[in-house]
Formats: sequence, structure tokens, C-alpha cells
Amino acid sequence: MVQKLERLKESPSQTAGPYVHIGATPNWVEITGVWKEDLGLVLVGPGAKGDRIVVKGHIFDGSGTPLKDALVEIWQADWQGLHNSPQERRGKADPHFTGWGRQPTDGVTGEFKFETIKPGRVPYRDGRLMAPHITFWIVARGINIGLHTRMYFGDEEAANAECPVLARIEHKVRISTLIASRSEENSIPTYTFDIHLQGEKETVFFDI
Amino acid sequence: MSDQGSFYQRDRNWHPPALTPQYKTSILRSPQYPLLSLENTISEMTGPVFGHNTLGPLDNDLIRNFAKTGDPIGQRIVVYGRVLDENARPVPGALVEFWQANAGGRYRHKKETYLAAIDPNFGGCGRTITDEEGRYWFRTIKPGAYPWPNGINDWRPAHIHFSIFGQAFAQRLITQMYFEGDPMIWHCPIVSTIPDRQAVEQLIAALDRETTLPMDALAYKFDIVLRGRRSTMFENRMEGN
Ligand SMILES: [Fe+3]
Repeated sequence: MVQKLERLKESPSQTAGPYVHIGATPNWVEITGVWKEDLGLVLVGPGAKGDRIVVKGHIFDGSGTPLKDALVEIWQADWQGLHNSPQERRGKADPHFTGWGRQPTDGVTGEFKFETIKPGRVPYRDGRLMAPHITFWIVARGINIGLHTRMYFGDEEAANAECPVLARIEHKVRISTLIASRSEENSIPTYTFDIHLQGEKETVFFDI
Repeated sequence: MSDQGSFYQRDRNWHPPALTPQYKTSILRSPQYPLLSLENTISEMTGPVFGHNTLGPLDNDLIRNFAKTGDPIGQRIVVYGRVLDENARPVPGALVEFWQANAGGRYRHKKETYLAAIDPNFGGCGRTITDEEGRYWFRTIKPGAYPWPNGINDWRPAHIHFSIFGQAFAQRLITQMYFEGDPMIWHCPIVSTIPDRQAVEQLIAALDRETTLPMDALAYKFDIVLRGRRSTMFENRMEGN
């Protein structure tokens, strides 16, 4: 016998199931009066600094059908590259920007949509700057453990080219699966980030 | 809080794999390429926190938080436990959200088609935040088992869904709690996505006779473990700190 390490195992994941919205966004599924407002709807306060943007997209399964029962969460830095989190040790983030958002995919169209701020750059472990990005976490029926990915910005070509995380992707053709294309809608910069769970365009997912 | 290092790598043999054909929906929703292993960066080692002012007074009481004309039908229970990390340290301030079917196994959801009755007094959602010692508790009714479209006769064992926010986005977790002694656990295609029997047992709450509310509610203990962090003793500080 050797000494014990006294560690625990992480609780195993289970699918969020088709009714994740009951717990995550109850007002959205007409369970009203339990709490005032679903969490994560609003990231940007009136006093928030930085460029306001919209991020939207669909999540497609292996047949190309959009998921209409998924839940999407995003987490990101503020305009300066700081996170609104006690774990952020580099400075104080904009208090008017939460950095965390939660949205269901639409029950009819499958679209998700966030109104947020374009994030600043965050350093990688060795101090080199990563390109601006938004961290995504996706759960749904049929997804046994939440999927982590990142959205990068199509109009940040120079930063993307030197991002140490994008550089880790061996199959260069797959880098494009993480890059959202920019358009203007109602004169707000709008980034479309479509996520493919499988198939030729399968999005790069991370084991973080 | 002291400086802490990156999170232990997730044990992907303890968690269910993405592709589990007995759970049919996973077939078209499972990534087929390997995940790209990434050392934690600041983007994942940080995460949102939720203050106690997020909560209303009935948020952890599913018996009362949707009640219209009286209490919901069903077995009254208390679920309690701790949120810990893999180093067995409590995780204070964790937001724990839960949702479930009613005593008949019916969810309050517009896409739900099971014929069991809706309970007018049961919404099925609740949430709480762990205290300084990582403890949480809530009151609810025991959910019923329900059939679901997978095989022609597949049933879910009684369960409560849990979503947990620790201190970092890397710890984000959704899982389910099952009930001690339920024989249906071992027939469920979703439970069996977890390859290891001991891992399944980690999701089975224990009936706790010493914590029951006499003449009121049974008690079940359910501890949840989130990823733990490396000690920074041997780790170089990240630059940019
Ligand atoms: Fe369920």
C-alpha cells in the first residue's frame, strides 16, 4: 500500500436534456413569476465602454439541421481585455459589463443572438497576446458533456494570424471554423458564428 | 484568495464520451474530430460570479415558488450537499441551478408531450448559492420517472438536473442527480452513457434518515465535485499577472 492522494473525482457530466430552459431560462419557457428575469440576458450596462456588437449564429447537427433546443453561454473579456471575475488578477474590469451571457437557440429558427462588446486582447500563458475572442459553451439534448469553443473575429486578420491558440490547430483548414464573419445590421457590427457539431465543417472544440 | 494554478485535466474516461449510440440523439450531435487540448488560459480560468442579491427568498423552495392554490402533489423531500473541488475543498459562492419533472414525471414545458398531468402548483425550477463551506440545500417534491422517445419503451429514472458555476468557466458543469435504491437507474440509456459504474454511483444521492424533517420531508444528500486546481508551488507564475 502507498499513501493516498485524497483527491476526489469530478462529478460526471450528463446531458442538459431537452428541457434545460426550465432551469436556465424559465421565463423564456413561460414559467413566470418564479424569478424576475432570466440570468445572462444582458451583458452590457448603459455605462459600458467599448464597441457594441451583435453575435449570432446557429448550431448545426450532422445532418445540417439547426438545434432548436440548445443553450449557449458566452464568457469574454471587456474592451480592455479584462474579465469581470474575482479570478482576474491583472486589473479591474469595466463594472458595467458582465462578460457572461446565456441564450437559448430559438425554438423555431434555431438562432442564438447576443448583444455584447468587442473584447480586447488577453495574454496567453507565455505573455503573447491572443487574438480577441469569445469563449462559447454549448449544451443540449444529445450532448453528453458541454462543448467548449471560441469565436474569433473575421476583421482581426493580423491578430488572428499571430494568436498562439489558433496556431495550435494542426489542420489549418479548420481554423476558419472559429472565425465569425462581419456584416452590418442596423448599423451595428454583427458577427455570424455558425457552429457545426459534425461533418466537413465541424467546429474545433477544446478540451480546456 | 491565494494564487492558484490551472485546473486538472478532465478525465474523459470518467465523463461520458460524445458518441453513445444507445442514446440516439448523440449520434448526430457528437463531434467526431478529437478535441483540441488547450492549457488553461485566463479566458477559462476566470468566470462569472453571482451575488446573493441574485436570489429571491423562495428560489430554493420548489414547493412554494410556483404554488398557486396550494402545495404541489408528491413526496416532499429536501436535497442538500456540498460543492467541492477535486482537492476536497469546499467551493463557496457557487451558483447551483436545478430543474425537474413533477411527481408524475411531467415537465412544465411547451414541447413536452407526455400525457401525465401538469401540476398547477409546480414550476420545476430552483437555484441557490453555496455558503462559505460550500453547502447548499433546497426543498422540492420527488420527481416521477417518465418515458421518452429513444427506444420504444425507454424510461428515465427519477432525476433532478443540476447546473453548477464554480469559480472559473473551465469548471462549468451540467449533470443529473438520481435517487438511492431506484432500480431504473440501471436501465437508462442516458445513465449508461457514463462508462464507469463508480462514476454513475457518484450521481446517486443517498437517503439520509438523520436529516429528514420529521413528519414533513425525506432528505437526500448529494455532493457535487468540480474540477480542482494545481498548487502553484511547482508552477511558474503566468506572465502578465
Ligand atoms: Fe429530465
